[in-house]
Amino acid sequence: MDAILLQILNGLDKGSAYALIALGLTLIFGTLGVVNFAHGALFMIGAFCAVTLSRLLSLSFVTIDETQKDFLGNPLKVETPYVEAWFGPETGAAIIDWSVPLAILFSIPIMALVGLLMERGLIKYFYKRPHADQILVTFGLAIVLQEIIKYFFGANPIPTPAPDVFAGSLDFGAMLGMDPNIIIYPYWRIVYFLFAAVIIGAVFAFLQFTTFGMVVRAGMADRSTVGLLGINIDKRFTVMFALAAVVAGLAGVMYAPINSPNYHMGMDFLVLSFVVVVVGGMGSLPGAVLAGFLLGILESFASMAQVVALLPGINQIIIYLVAIVILLTRPRGLMGRKGVMES
Amino acid sequence: MFGLNKKDTSLFFLVLLLVVLAPFLLNPFPEGSELAQFNAGYPDLMQRFLIFGIFAIGFNILFGLTGYLSFGHAAFLGVGSYAGVWMMKLLTMNVIPAIFMSVVFAGLFSLLVGYISLRRSGIYFSILTLAFAQMSFSLAYSVLTPITNGETGLQLALDDPRILGVSSENGAIPAANFFGIPMRESFELSMGGWLFTFNAGYYLCAVVMMIAFYVAIRIFRSPFGMMLRAVKSNQQRMNFTGLNSRPYTLAAFVISGMYAGLAGGLMVAMDPLAGAERMQWTASGEVVLMTILGGAGTLIGPVLGAGFIKYCENIFSKINDNILYDWFAALPQGLADFLVFVIHPFIGKGWHLTLGIMFMLIVIFLPGGIMEGVERIGRLFKRKSSKDENSTARPKAAPAE
Repeated sequence: MDAILLQILNGLDKGSAYALIALGLTLIFGTLGVVNFAHGALFMIGAFCAVTLSRLLSLSFVTIDETQKDFLGNPLKVETPYVEAWFGPETGAAIIDWSVPLAILFSIPIMALVGLLMERGLIKYFYKRPHADQILVTFGLAIVLQEIIKYFFGANPIPTPAPDVFAGSLDFGAMLGMDPNIIIYPYWRIVYFLFAAVIIGAVFAFLQFTTFGMVVRAGMADRSTVGLLGINIDKRFTVMFALAAVVAGLAGVMYAPINSPNYHMGMDFLVLSFVVVVVGGMGSLPGAVLAGFLLGILESFASMAQVVALLPGINQIIIYLVAIVILLTRPRGLMGRKGVMES
Repeated sequence: MFGLNKKDTSLFFLVLLLVVLAPFLLNPFPEGSELAQFNAGYPDLMQRFLIFGIFAIGFNILFGLTGYLSFGHAAFLGVGSYAGVWMMKLLTMNVIPAIFMSVVFAGLFSLLVGYISLRRSGIYFSILTLAFAQMSFSLAYSVLTPITNGETGLQLALDDPRILGVSSENGAIPAANFFGIPMRESFELSMGGWLFTFNAGYYLCAVVMMIAFYVAIRIFRSPFGMMLRAVKSNQQRMNFTGLNSRPYTLAAFVISGMYAGLAGGLMVAMDPLAGAERMQWTASGEVVLMTILGGAGTLIGPVLGAGFIKYCENIFSKINDNILYDWFAALPQGLADFLVFVIHPFIGKGWHLTLGIMFMLIVIFLPGGIMEGVERIGRLFKRKSSKDENSTARPKAAPAE
């Protein structure tokens, strides 16, 4: 029982990341009909927004402190971050400590801008081209974005810690009356899961309860009719692309403390997210979210010691295996709509 | 000749000539000169041109003709490599059984993958092949370690049985050979300032490549090739005429898988080791890039694309800031600094950035790749010279989509 609970919990944070990326992919596919291979790169850029902000915040100036000596007897050089000088030591330290959550605010405009530029500058010209061309050009774009990040940040992963408050782990087992230290779960992963849930809820609420969302949903169902009603649907779809970019970026920002950002993290997640989208059903938003969590949890179940002993290597391939089975038995995926990607 | 029409025969002989004379053609700059770094006439690189050329020709049979975009072809190359190394470990250091078994194993594996993946088309097909390739990659790293030797990669050892050969020769692992001719053997010809290297391995690759190219031409011109084109242009209509497209696409998939296996086998013949990173999906992406860059659906395009990418990869990653400063020595210091600053991100380790940008530009502006570019330029000249004679020159190969 406790082992099962632990695996479900372990699957949740990875599942949240899959779900967020897959949600963005599905938004883009459902609205614009574009297969975006550069979506993983957006996730990665989000993570590097967190890195950039934490670097910006810890920019320091050097003062020479005559009262202290270093081990050679010279006056000690003290680095003081600007934020500490401006806001006082305590507030400044707290701001630096909280750089990852602050990066959420920092990344939203950046990701929206990146999304807009991508859509207006490149993807716009590929609506009428075949899917293979869309895949190829976004694949090229993903390589370019990845290499640009590599040029500026280097090839090594950059540790980006979460605020100290969330550094520990929650003894989940003790809360449920089990022995302590059986089910321990890092606080940040709980935060990540809650954050993902809020974002997913917000996206659905936006689509469901606002006029803008209603028009977008109508456009997804029948683009030309909405156009005939005199609504500029292209403009709204562009906004949806930016929104999808923001969702991917936020997923990346919050993922930075879980896995130190490196330039190829996007590609690693992209392949899996595509599998998630296909399993969930191309063009189905709830399907993407459901499949994301499902596959995340399945993956962590497959990496249980008992399962691996029984079927060695299963933890590496379970997601692909599930995808193959689903595609062959339910071609539309778990919750796919009729008529999407069926020529 | 050989069942080819006049145009294809001349193309075949042109390629043959280029391949045979490559050690001369790729070494235009004298040894020790400033430009010698642009020479590509050394065996290792020339072998790679041909091997990736074969890989791309095979990929083109699937993608160029049927339009099915596979993102998992590197898996077949990897399987081929492993099969080849195992033949060398178990049987003999002669490369022929190794290459043969590479093709067979890659063919069998592609039959399995193709049988399942081809039940879907479009993006679903791409994802399925991607899933299979990633699965084999992960398995090669983890569970299949006894067969693949995991991260270290599969290598020859002194205590391998090699039933038909010898386990060790004078305390060393015997060299890969073709009936006694070692692959590494080279004949060096020094003429004036030039040094030309004729490598046995290269010429083995050349023979195999020409056979592969010939088979590809025959496939392109056969009724079978016509069927594959029909799959690409309109599968539904093809079904309406009572034809089942599945056997044709599966055959194309297996053939291109065997080409990938052949490339893997040759890689092993030239350098007897195999690693799982050859199967990663970025490696599959690379062959897609080669084919598109050269021109999918054309005969010679993929080979050009493969050569172009491998050449640029080699040259671009060799250039560094000092070399740039040498070039711009004539310019004023400030301007040279600025130029080096601008070019710096694109050279050396930044070569993938250049590749990515180049690839995007090709997909956006020239979907038919290099071949379409050549054709456009050709048409431009033709129209200028004979405006009234033939004003409606049509492109021969349809742009790839």
